[in-house]
Amino acid sequence: MHLMVCGGTGCRASASDTIEQKLKNKLEEKNLENDIQVVTTGCFGFCEKGPIIKVLPDNTFYTQVSPDDVDEIIEEHIIKGRQLTRLLYKDPQKDETIADAKDMGFYKKQLRIALRNCGFINPENIEEYIARDGYEALGKVLTEMQPMDVIDAVKTSGIRGRGGGGFPTGLKWEFAYNNQSDQKYVVCNADEGDPGAFMDRSILEGDPHSVIEAMSICGYSMGSDTGIVYIRAEYPLAINRLKTAINQAREFGLLGEDIMGSGFNFDIQLRYGAGAFVCGEETALIHSMEGSRGEPTIKPPYPAASGYLDKPTNVNNVETFANIPVIINKGADWFAKIGNKNSTGTKVFALAGKINNVGLIEVPMGTTLREVIFEIGGGIKDNKKFKAVQTGGPSGGCLTEEHLDTPIDFDNLLAAGSMMGSGGMIVMDEEDCMVSVAKFFLDFTVEESCGKCAPCRVGNKRLYELLTKITDGKGTREDLDILRNQSNVIKDTALCGLGQSSPSPVLSTLNNFYEEYLAHVEEERCPAGQCKNLMKYIIDEENCVGCTACARVCPVGAITGEKKKVHEIDPNLCIKCGACMDKCKFNAIFIK
Amino acid sequence: MDTIKLTIDQQELEVPAGTTIYHAAKKLGIDIPVLCYMELEDWNIENKPGGCRICVVEVEGRHNLAPSCSTECKDGMVVKTNTPRVMNARRTVMEFILSDHPKDCLTCPKSGSCDLQDMAVRLGVREIPNEDIAEISTYRLDTSPAIIRDIDKCIMCRRCETMCNDVQTVGALSAINRGFESVVTPAFEMNLEASPCTYCGQCVAVCPTAALTEKDYTAEVIRALSDPEKTVIVQTAPAVRAALGEEFGMEAGSLVTGKMVSALRKLGFDKVFDTDFAADLTIIEEGAEILDRLKRSANGDENVRLPILTSCCPGWVNFFEYHFPNLKDIPSSARSPQQMFGSVAKTYFAEKMNVKRENMVVVSVMPCLAKKYESQRDEFKVDNNPDVDYSISTRELAHLMKQANMNLNKLPDEDFDKPLGESTGAGVIFGTTGGVIEAATRTAYELYTGKSLNEKVTFEQLRGWEGIRKAEVDFDGFTLKIGIAHGLGNARKLLEEIEEGKSTYHAIEIMACPGGCIGGGGQPLHHGNASILKKRSEAIYREDAGKKIRKSHENPYIKELYEEYLGEPLGEKAHQLLHTKYFDRSTKRQFKI
Repeated sequence: MHLMVCGGTGCRASASDTIEQKLKNKLEEKNLENDIQVVTTGCFGFCEKGPIIKVLPDNTFYTQVSPDDVDEIIEEHIIKGRQLTRLLYKDPQKDETIADAKDMGFYKKQLRIALRNCGFINPENIEEYIARDGYEALGKVLTEMQPMDVIDAVKTSGIRGRGGGGFPTGLKWEFAYNNQSDQKYVVCNADEGDPGAFMDRSILEGDPHSVIEAMSICGYSMGSDTGIVYIRAEYPLAINRLKTAINQAREFGLLGEDIMGSGFNFDIQLRYGAGAFVCGEETALIHSMEGSRGEPTIKPPYPAASGYLDKPTNVNNVETFANIPVIINKGADWFAKIGNKNSTGTKVFALAGKINNVGLIEVPMGTTLREVIFEIGGGIKDNKKFKAVQTGGPSGGCLTEEHLDTPIDFDNLLAAGSMMGSGGMIVMDEEDCMVSVAKFFLDFTVEESCGKCAPCRVGNKRLYELLTKITDGKGTREDLDILRNQSNVIKDTALCGLGQSSPSPVLSTLNNFYEEYLAHVEEERCPAGQCKNLMKYIIDEENCVGCTACARVCPVGAITGEKKKVHEIDPNLCIKCGACMDKCKFNAIFIK
Repeated sequence: MDTIKLTIDQQELEVPAGTTIYHAAKKLGIDIPVLCYMELEDWNIENKPGGCRICVVEVEGRHNLAPSCSTECKDGMVVKTNTPRVMNARRTVMEFILSDHPKDCLTCPKSGSCDLQDMAVRLGVREIPNEDIAEISTYRLDTSPAIIRDIDKCIMCRRCETMCNDVQTVGALSAINRGFESVVTPAFEMNLEASPCTYCGQCVAVCPTAALTEKDYTAEVIRALSDPEKTVIVQTAPAVRAALGEEFGMEAGSLVTGKMVSALRKLGFDKVFDTDFAADLTIIEEGAEILDRLKRSANGDENVRLPILTSCCPGWVNFFEYHFPNLKDIPSSARSPQQMFGSVAKTYFAEKMNVKRENMVVVSVMPCLAKKYESQRDEFKVDNNPDVDYSISTRELAHLMKQANMNLNKLPDEDFDKPLGESTGAGVIFGTTGGVIEAATRTAYELYTGKSLNEKVTFEQLRGWEGIRKAEVDFDGFTLKIGIAHGLGNARKLLEEIEEGKSTYHAIEIMACPGGCIGGGGQPLHHGNASILKKRSEAIYREDAGKKIRKSHENPYIKELYEEYLGEPLGEKAHQLLHTKYFDRSTKRQFKI
């Protein structure tokens, strides 16, 4: 019997490590430590319901476990064989408990290739990876395939870069292969920076060997003996697991010299990023690795020709690499059949926002937004109405109801005015103000611009100021035209992908929610009721009884009135904190 | 070489592979505006960050606009440089840049010679949308003895970084912070004074705005001129006369020596002297030192270090004191001409004039910003009174003249005063790369061989534009091996050779600025036009060719100076007044914020 305890960062933050330790202690206490194994795993993906414990072999999926539940789990489930119903997942729509993950809406539509081992194995034990076909692909490549065969396989699979660019991976490898040099580098881009996205971290935390294996395969195909993982220093758990995995791979002769007796040498180093979003852009990443300022340079030259230390370099994202061993093992044709014609395989998304099932999911390309949001995601929280979904991270776009049946793939999302990005997916409901949403995302890109090119450095700041003017109720219709023109020019002229896509939240909301912008500038009204400066708290003369409760709770003394007489709010003093409305027992305060 | 066929604005053309759209368009006479981009062709100096995005053009089939400065032409490319989309983008980007720039043009030191101002005019920007809510990024002012950094005016063109890091390899300036907060500063936000900056001024020479300007000393000069107690004398460096005319609309390469002298006299200087006189003096001392080291070396003295390096460039002195302190006993100990002039003026000449040291003010007009710092060095002061009180640049002199209602074009030619105004052709060529070593060679040859060069005083092998040049001069059987470097990056290469023991030169001339002093940080702005620098250099050689005396040791006033006052070259008095020592400054820099 196995107790699989999620050891991902999310569950760890909710004390899954304490749970794990308590489980071990309890088992020892009961003299069961030799019969029942407690296994740390990577992320299960269902972070909304973490910490998660899965009991094998009966596949019981316990959710939101707390350290206090440990005794009961051992006493009841392990010893007496009775499932703890209260810790099982409860379907919000059907109001029934589900014990097995595969029956849950969240998992049903998923197809886990990149995440295949996350939640299934102990990432700190190479043998568990090997037991699930780990390093078989590397063995096959080294013994049966020529470098060009490998590249052909990757090309045939149709896999495109999962970091955001969507460039065909096989072509990238071929370019690196074709450029002759005494030294070449394989770089893994683990500088995941989209707010809310954590697929790369989860893969590195849950299945680091898949990336190590894939980098070795890439090294063999392009003729490189050195791999470098550029990883954010803010990912300490991923760094530790990766280090452990690299050391184990070296011990097993799967990294180092003469791997599997093939004569092929390959080893991997780590480089830590300081958390600059722009360093996810490959030229900026390379400059950062070289010790220079992390800012992009114009391509060409592409890294495949002149990259790290001016040597041919292939940069791929973590998720891209995690797919490679499966492509080799199961065949490029198998992979190519998954998904759409021009977007094969699966994609991992980080579901977030006003959605019931927040977490990490992996679906075949071509799955519709509706399926993701309403079936896997379990619909909108608190039965509110769906309003928009932002795909592609902070520089993606906001899509609406009418895009819900769009099949998710690189080209469709782009055509709809958004993008795939690295797989962020933030769902918004009717209470979200789209102008504020655009401002929120822009705030991020303003902060994360490297400052090299003028449109991104200054232009985004100007967009942000203009949006603030609009949410303050001071905007004009002309401002909307200026906003659109400035956004289009930034998109048209910025140097790198960050700047070119940074106005997308503005442009997509302008296109899809123009009426909402108009309400702000023409009626000084925020339809979603989110823009504080457009709100007015008003006391209803009919309902007010003059109890003075509101006046006493107001932190700025904006409410005046005599006892038992109708009170009044001074709009110039009011800070719109809402305390009065919460306090009023007579429904006498409303927002206009 | 492969050629590429493309179409730009409906005109077909062929260009060599690797040509950028900007350069290809130029061949058709299409002048695409560029702001951050800058090139000095002859020295392979190019700033191409692709950062300002002003030069964008439309390329058929490309989803966004392409920066023409850094996009290479491809076969079959169809480029449009003036579509409404391009023109709107260009102006909008310009509005962005201007929205983050102070609007104090009327009082800005760069007004009238500002690339940003010119571009705003050219693109017809009339207003900046929502200017009232546009925040302007700010940074503290940093004032050093030579250069002022007003980073509020920085537009992140990165030209200064290219000069400082790639060309000069000084490494004082780089961008820090992100996004709207990005600024170019020394590491750890040190002040320039605490950084490895050499004050070469090449950052100032290329800065499109007033983010980097010289420390202006003209007010101090005016105050001294108006003080009846003071005897104010002025010296002018050789490169100034070859460039000053440009500030008054003259062709580059116009020689304005006589007009400049009359202007200075009209400004009220009591004596108008020539730094070239001190350059001749430098040759006597430095030449003697070269010969002394060569002779001692030939006699087996192992304490003698060769090659000997010239020492008249203060940017270069700052450079080796910081970056190569272990080589500080190699350069000649001779002071620079500016400082030799100062010490001679405040001793020999002051005595001659019967003026007390504290009542004599020495002003220098220099093509250089490092000279400002050099004049303030402690070793060039006596009782805290500097040998050279104020050093102003060519640009500052032009401003001073304009303030005094002078039009250089209309001034008569006049001669320098005697005795410190008399110079030879050898002193003149100090202003251009190769000139110092040629001047030294003219004298050293005659002293070493005992033979006269007669009229054959020019050594063509020492002239040229390559960053590093090697030449040999036959000294009647002995071959003098000479190295020449201009630009500190090139100097670094020669110094590394010396460090590694691979250097085979006897003497090396180094000038910090590309082209030598004619390309100095205090000269009229070249705005990326390398031909201007060449013309200045030609003017200098022209002046030399026109001189009656072209060898320093034949300058009669130099002879008189030694006879009357200094005694022998390298003698005790000469040592005291004309030589200096160098310091290891690599560890002395403090973190000052």
